[in-house]
Amino acid sequence: MPTVSVKRDLLFHALGRTYTDEEFDELCFEFGLELDEITSEKDIISREQGDTKAEGASDVILYKIDVPANRYDLLCLEGLVRGLQVFKMEAPRYRRVSPASSEPQRLVITKETTAVRPHAVAAVLRNITFTQERYDSFIELQEKLHQNVCRKRTLVAIGTHDLDTISGPFTYTAKPPGDIRFKPLNQAKEYTAQELMSLYKTDSHLRHYLHIIEDEAVYPVIYDSNGIVLSMPPIINGDHSKISLNTKNVFIECTATDLTKAKIVLDMMVTMFFQATDLSVPGTVSPHHHPAVCFLLWENILEPTGQYVHSDYPHSICNPQPFFGISESTEHIAQLLTKMCLRSEVMSDGEQIEVEIPPTRSDVIHACDIMEDAAMAYGFNNIPRTTPRTYTIANQLPLNKLSELLRQDLAAAGFTEALTFALCSQEDIADKLLKNISETRACRISNPKTAEFQVARTTLLSGLLKTVAANRKMPLPLRLFEISDVVLKDESKDVGARNNRRLCAVYYNKSPGFEVIHGLMDRVMQLLEIKPGQGNGYHIQAADDSTFFPGRCAEIFACGKSIGRLGVLHPDVINRFELTMPCSALDIDIEHFL
Amino acid sequence: MSPAQETLLRRVEKVDGGLDSQDVATSLGVDHQAIVGAVKSLLALGDVISAEQRSSKHWELTGEGCEIAEQGSHEARVVSSIPEEGMPQSQLMKLAFGKVGFSKAMSNKWIRLDKGHEGGPRIFKTVEHLEDLVRDKLLLVQKGQASQLEEKEKNELKKRKLLSEVTVKSYWITKGSCFSTTITKQETELTPEMIASGSWKEKKFKPYNFEALGVAPDCGHLHPLMKVRTQFRQIFLEMGFTEMPTNNFIESSFWNFDSLFQPQQHPARDQHDTFFLSDPAQAHEFPQDYLERVRKVHSEGGFGSQGYKYDWKIEEAQKNILRTHTTAVSARMLYKLAQQEKFTPVKYFSIDRVFRNETLDATHLAEFHQIEGVVADYGLTLGDLMGILHQFFNKLGEGSTSQGWGQFHSFNSLPGNVIQFKFEVGL
Repeated sequence: MPTVSVKRDLLFHALGRTYTDEEFDELCFEFGLELDEITSEKDIISREQGDTKAEGASDVILYKIDVPANRYDLLCLEGLVRGLQVFKMEAPRYRRVSPASSEPQRLVITKETTAVRPHAVAAVLRNITFTQERYDSFIELQEKLHQNVCRKRTLVAIGTHDLDTISGPFTYTAKPPGDIRFKPLNQAKEYTAQELMSLYKTDSHLRHYLHIIEDEAVYPVIYDSNGIVLSMPPIINGDHSKISLNTKNVFIECTATDLTKAKIVLDMMVTMFFQATDLSVPGTVSPHHHPAVCFLLWENILEPTGQYVHSDYPHSICNPQPFFGISESTEHIAQLLTKMCLRSEVMSDGEQIEVEIPPTRSDVIHACDIMEDAAMAYGFNNIPRTTPRTYTIANQLPLNKLSELLRQDLAAAGFTEALTFALCSQEDIADKLLKNISETRACRISNPKTAEFQVARTTLLSGLLKTVAANRKMPLPLRLFEISDVVLKDESKDVGARNNRRLCAVYYNKSPGFEVIHGLMDRVMQLLEIKPGQGNGYHIQAADDSTFFPGRCAEIFACGKSIGRLGVLHPDVINRFELTMPCSALDIDIEHFL
Repeated sequence: MSPAQETLLRRVEKVDGGLDSQDVATSLGVDHQAIVGAVKSLLALGDVISAEQRSSKHWELTGEGCEIAEQGSHEARVVSSIPEEGMPQSQLMKLAFGKVGFSKAMSNKWIRLDKGHEGGPRIFKTVEHLEDLVRDKLLLVQKGQASQLEEKEKNELKKRKLLSEVTVKSYWITKGSCFSTTITKQETELTPEMIASGSWKEKKFKPYNFEALGVAPDCGHLHPLMKVRTQFRQIFLEMGFTEMPTNNFIESSFWNFDSLFQPQQHPARDQHDTFFLSDPAQAHEFPQDYLERVRKVHSEGGFGSQGYKYDWKIEEAQKNILRTHTTAVSARMLYKLAQQEKFTPVKYFSIDRVFRNETLDATHLAEFHQIEGVVADYGLTLGDLMGILHQFFNKLGEGSTSQGWGQFHSFNSLPGNVIQFKFEVGL
């Protein structure tokens, strides 16, 4: 869950009242947020770098709020405020507006961009007033969106520019890197695109994005009508058009490889900051407010030029009653939805609700999302709890039932249960057990973070021996067991692998205790009601197995099938697991006994 | 019983208060340690005697001190060895006690040194008679009358290493609650012979120490996490839930993500959060018509949803992973249910291992267990869901409280309810 950090006092000012920490925590909880931490810049620095470095840092109280990952509209102070305010007043409505004096701006997309970054959408925010806080918030939001929905700029990249420093119509095209030359943000001189690539290789922030276009034949670039470079997405904007506290009109462009996401992102940027535009004071949203926003979204020029405008919101129709299990009037539900920024009206049939989905709620794609919001507004804890009338008889999975019974009896026999990892290193199941890795039919993990997660285990023995090694200080003898799954490759399954339920036990003491392990096996057979003997019974016979000590290893047969091994472990195995005492082990497949 | 013990007991019997072991030793003329031994063995027999440890300090003469007590202090001997006509200094120095005695005798003004004498410096007596105070004091101490000397004097002699303070430990012995001059050995345990012969009636038994712990039984144990799992499993079974077959750690992305409407570019499907397999890398069998429907909903929408509107790729869905949630199994089960000719309502559950490739810390591992429940029927509502959960927690036991809140799970795209609960696990 992304965390948004907001200054508490600014937040309260925007909300129009103050809260105690507990009250605010409550409010967050009801809304589906979590107040994660109350801290200050000073505290943060203090914790990370020590008290001396924290001297002089800001004491202003910060609220760190955890926000659901798909609520892009809650990623900045403005969005949070709006969301929280909705419980009290009407949700703001967004409308496209034409500029007072001139033609709408145009962004022309050329076909060269299809090779590298085909889509772009843009908008203009007019009559904006930036304070330092709002400016910071504006930049923050871009960063947050970049990290989240834009998937680190790979899907979408946002660029914002001071409209008054540039003039349209704007062109979005792609050119060979050698042909692109401009002065990037906060630099003193001009660079070509290639030079910029090397310049930013050492920049801690930007170097992570270079790979997105680095090896392409052409790089994306946006020009204005005078040939000034606005930006080279997704890397860096031009210095010429940079935004300052004095900026009054903002041109926002989003270039993307995913058009849907680009539209979502643009909607977010615009709707969050319309409040910053003229005629508004942060925190008061009047229903009659006309945001001075104009949207201009152009499709890729290769397609028939349709003009996409946000004049009507998508509507959704749903019948809420069956979902809830509460008997609330449809009107009330419509009211609840409106409280969540989803303006709703009961339709003429009295049962259905027509819901407007504003651009801020790109997470709503199905009626069930609407229902979720309605439930949240109603308060989950207020929904009466009922029991479904479904009558079912429970059945245990036979394999689990068998495992549970055996576990109890093995503990009664004096062995202690262990719980070990299903993932391990390759050595654990091969070299350390004196086996060849190719014999093991192990499934390999392609992206292990450490060597401990290279393969899925094919035997429980390694885990048990590691457990013994971790408990060497305990009084002897150590008697451990585990009944759990191992993973084996199997072409006959749809995924190519299956689990196998096994029982494994070890006995670790000054003397190897083969007879103890043997006795345990006899006991297990007794519990499974298999008598000793050939044919329908069980028997063991000497076997050769590299993991075991020569002459002290046997294969177990039950009803004619080989079900496992037991014996004294080979001294090399004991050494490789960093153990010192003799050890005997038992390993059987219990799926045979179902 | 040894003679020492016997004598000791007799002595204690006669005395009204108590005895000091040192005194006993001295009066019997035996080594103190022998008395100590007797005391200890008597103590082991129970409350025959009680002995309190004491330590007393004692002044004793060092070796040198003894020498002086016998022969006189160095300075006195110096004086007595000087004849009427005096002695050359060099000659005096040759004597064993010369050096030390000389300086002391000089400070006592018992001798004088004539430096200018012909033939070398010469020493003459100045007094005829002297009182060898040092020797006298030492003799006092030797006789055991150290208390007659002042502290200062004793410390001075200590400085000269003629006296040393010795701590002597002794026992103050008094009668115990079961005092008697005859000792009976106490038995510890009842034996079969005693039962057979009836001799237990005459024997005395050592008191048992009820304060100590008993012997721990040598038994096996079940793993605590597994015990919790058993408990939860039991609760589900009691509520009519049937166990799902979850014995497949390896799952295809299709069942784990796509069939659960998780978009293919979702961050949870990243290398950072999911374990992908290099071998076997891909799943190769899917129910084709279902796969088509899944593809359509993702890319175009359907069944009332707008979908995600992106290009759905089968290669992505074929990738094998270590399952990130057991909901993948629930998806399979629901698919199977849908294939049935006649729908029957079901309640399924599972408790099994899942894998997530996230950063490990003190409370998070890459593998953990997940509890899953599914109810499928007509007319189910949100209230029913909360009802079931509430009952589940009730069955967990007292002290469990639950509070619900709606949340979107970042890991999958499903609208979900997060239940916040607290309970004490009593096992």
